[in-house]
Amino acid sequence: MLRMALALVLSLLLTTTVAQADEVTSTSAPDRSATGGATTLEDIMARQRGETVDDSYRRDNTGDASADPGAAQLGTLGGASDPELWRALRYGSADVTTAARNSGATTLVQDGGMWWLNFREGPLVTYGGWLLLGTIGALILFYLTRGKIAIDEPMTGRTVTRFKFIERFAHWVLGGSFILLGFTGLFVLMGRLFIAPYLGKDFNSTLLTASKLIHNNVAWAFILGLVMVLVMWVWHNIPDRTDIKWFAQFGGIIGKNHPPAKKFNGGQKIIFWSVIVFGGSIAVSGVSLLFPYELPLFAKTFAFLNDIGAPGWVGMSPLPISLSPQEEMQFAQLWHAIMAFVLMAIVLAHIYIGSVGMQGAYDAMGTGEVDEAWAHQHHSIWLDEELVKRGDPPRDAKPEKVTPAE
Amino acid sequence: MKAMLAGFAATIVIAIAANFGLAEIGFSAQDRYSSDSVRLD
Repeated sequence: MLRMALALVLSLLLTTTVAQADEVTSTSAPDRSATGGATTLEDIMARQRGETVDDSYRRDNTGDASADPGAAQLGTLGGASDPELWRALRYGSADVTTAARNSGATTLVQDGGMWWLNFREGPLVTYGGWLLLGTIGALILFYLTRGKIAIDEPMTGRTVTRFKFIERFAHWVLGGSFILLGFTGLFVLMGRLFIAPYLGKDFNSTLLTASKLIHNNVAWAFILGLVMVLVMWVWHNIPDRTDIKWFAQFGGIIGKNHPPAKKFNGGQKIIFWSVIVFGGSIAVSGVSLLFPYELPLFAKTFAFLNDIGAPGWVGMSPLPISLSPQEEMQFAQLWHAIMAFVLMAIVLAHIYIGSVGMQGAYDAMGTGEVDEAWAHQHHSIWLDEELVKRGDPPRDAKPEKVTPAE
Repeated sequence: MKAMLAGFAATIVIAIAANFGLAEIGFSAQDRYSSDSVRLD
């Protein structure tokens, strides 16, 4: 279901280009008698104006041996002519055999790649880049106005264990791999545009070769980390009533209140589920890309969305359900990158609040030990639970009812 | 800090193991993309 929802969002982004491919602008068949049914000057001009041209007069004109059975004896091509064969190759309907054992190898010409290339080098890089720069700018602005979130109470010198070794280990496997994947992914996406012109194509080539190697292999560590944090923390991240109060007071990030929270507060739950949802989607599309053509995701997803009428809800024509193997990979690549940009922006905020943004926050993932004062300010309910576990009185205990002396 | 370094070390170990491991069990691109009759290096 998640995959379907994600695919819908992607398809919205790609509406114009994808939908155009299936649409025909002109309902009446143009007069092509002057060229004997072949492409006319008007066809060419229409294409150059960026209009969608009905190419069925070429796409379907790939020979019909059954029309003249005797023609099969006429020559090596039988009833077909060279132009018909080339048209069949052009539109992917030729009977191609190849020694290469991947499904993409029999598609010799596919023009579905142009909109992908344009989208990848255009809106994806532009909006993705600005999203990250905008997030960094907003965090700097926030730091300059709000400053570091300090611990209000005096430090007690007593600590509680916030995260065990295995929890911190999983966090850093996930975080370390994500940073590597983020940088190498950005290099691969943007290197040709922003590195090669300044540092040279040789440098860019070497960097991107190394980036690809790192990206493809570190991916497994990311997936392992993702599974580990999911298993260990999912029960602590189920939304509950305390989150409402937490959000109502903006988590103490804005203002001076420090709402009570369990092991994970509302904001951390947002981060957790973002990592799980976006990270999971990135992992699934990434594995699809790691094993090209073997794990296609989009044709089936689009078919499902069409079946439930989802494109119609937003006024779209049905999504394409017949995708070439290469188009499957193009969708997977775009989806992978879009999800990654969103998660990178979220993780930037996470890194900020876990380091320079909040006094004492880093200790939770550094040594795993946090001062009771910090724990009381940010996770008071959890602190009391921990104190009770080790036999200490809870900090926020309400005075017990005094039983009158008899 | 130890957990962080252990996490980073594990990431590197997993990446190296994945790179050589997948090639070893026949998941290199050249293995996947060629038929049995193709001689690979």
